[in-house]
Amino acid sequence: MTINLSHFSAAAVFALFASVVFGITQRNSTIEQVRYGLYCFALFVGGVFLAGWVMALIRR
Amino acid sequence: MAKPTTDKSKNAATATEPEYPLTTMAVVAPLVGWLIPGGGHILLKRYGRGILLLVSVVAMFLIGLGMQGRIYKPNGGDILDILGFVGDVGSGVLYLLARIMDWGNVMAANATADYGKTFLIVAGLLNFIAAADAHHIALGKKP
Repeated sequence: MTINLSHFSAAAVFALFASVVFGITQRNSTIEQVRYGLYCFALFVGGVFLAGWVMALIRR
Repeated sequence: MAKPTTDKSKNAATATEPEYPLTTMAVVAPLVGWLIPGGGHILLKRYGRGILLLVSVVAMFLIGLGMQGRIYKPNGGDILDILGFVGDVGSGVLYLLARIMDWGNVMAANATADYGKTFLIVAGLLNFIAAADAHHIALGKKP
């Protein structure tokens, strides 16, 4: 079976699973874990957009 | 310059710091957690966390294989290959299964395969973090 993901979808899937693990392992209570997981996901995806814009500006 | 530590402050630090004795479970839980992703948490009756960790690590590993990611072998020779092997071996039984079934025995020929290799390595590294978390729970450092 071959999976073909675009760069963005691969980054989003990566961010989702990494955020789940970070949330569970780095915080104690359930609500803190959910908040930290969402925070990590936002940073991952935000970082993708930021890096994308930086690369687009460099390319010009 | 760092302040010299006096005996008084050292005693105060040891008095406030709680002790966490090493138990059998504190050794077994991370080992099980390494072999079976999330297994350490499930063994410690943190079922929800254990299942989420299992799903996350296994999904990342399978997606990595599906993207034609490469599985590193222990005798890579190159330092980056050795680091890749350390990351891959973190997936525990998934890595052993992949080696037995000869999955991931491909060279990265395109960008997708390179992402797949990264997925495989990161799945193992995340599982190491999960195993360490199981150790902390077993010690009583974390609820």
